[in-house]
Amino acid sequence: MREKPRLLTVVVAVLVGALAFALIQQVRNRDSDDFSNVRSDQLVELLRSLDAANQRLDQQIADLTATREELLNSTKRTKAATDAAQAQADAFAILAGTAGATGPGVRIEVDDPGATVDAGALLDAVEELRNAGAEVIVINGSVRVVGRTYIVDDADGIRIDGRVVQAPYIIEAIGDPDNLVEGSRFPGGLVDTLRSRGATVSLTRSDSITITALADVKTPEYARADP
Amino acid sequence: MIPVVGLVVGVGLGLWLQPDVPESLRPYLPVAIIAALDAVVGALRALGERRFDDRVFVVSFVSNVLIAAFMVFLGDQLGVGSQLSTGVVVVLGIRIFANAAAIRRRIFRA
Repeated sequence: MREKPRLLTVVVAVLVGALAFALIQQVRNRDSDDFSNVRSDQLVELLRSLDAANQRLDQQIADLTATREELLNSTKRTKAATDAAQAQADAFAILAGTAGATGPGVRIEVDDPGATVDAGALLDAVEELRNAGAEVIVINGSVRVVGRTYIVDDADGIRIDGRVVQAPYIIEAIGDPDNLVEGSRFPGGLVDTLRSRGATVSLTRSDSITITALADVKTPEYARADP
Repeated sequence: MIPVVGLVVGVGLGLWLQPDVPESLRPYLPVAIIAALDAVVGALRALGERRFDDRVFVVSFVSNVLIAAFMVFLGDQLGVGSQLSTGVVVVLGIRIFANAAAIRRRIFRA
């Protein structure tokens, strides 16, 4: 009578112990997040949702790549346009005399002991140089000759763009040196004409002339750009 | 007294040994644990009502665990494993609550 209940009590203890053991085991296993506890249909569901997420992300990658390409292209185009505009602005600045310039060219020194060189002679010289392809012309290192430059005789000497210049006149021109030298030296040309007036002219070609003088820029009052 | 010793020993072993649950048992262990808990709560209620019987407890414990595991196994075979195990857990949970309510009424008279 005593033996049977006692055995059963031990069995009860063993069962309770086994339950506690399994419970703790299960709780511990839940902490490791592998998929061994997951049922196969749940795995399939998981896989499907992952696939969908994958596809969405692929789509997103494609979209973003396309956007990136687009932006890169547009950046390139913008850069090309900026470069072109900059080049044009540089060309215009040289033409208008608002920027310094450097390059090969000639340097003409005109000494005028008899004061026989007048505005007309100087203007002719400038025109001859322009015909020979001079791109930038400066007189006495301070007066930039541009499209709207005027040269007049004055009581004090010769007035160019409102500034009086005195002999010796030093004309520096940037352009093809060969053309400039030839265009100045031919019989009846610039050098000839000035010498015949009694001036002494020396002409030197230079590989590098740097011109820093700028023309006065006047904003057009009446003319408007008509693109 | 001896069941309490068993409980302590089980907790100690679980904390100390940390063996891996065999792969084939993994799907059944959670539901089996719930079933065993149901048996334990039922036993506590019976203890409170002074009609606890070792034999009934052992049989109900073992049969609960086996039936729960078998139902999950059957559900897996039929392709409704997760739904059926959810159902088993719900039913066992209801039973646990009912037993707990009986114990509560007995202790607090409320």
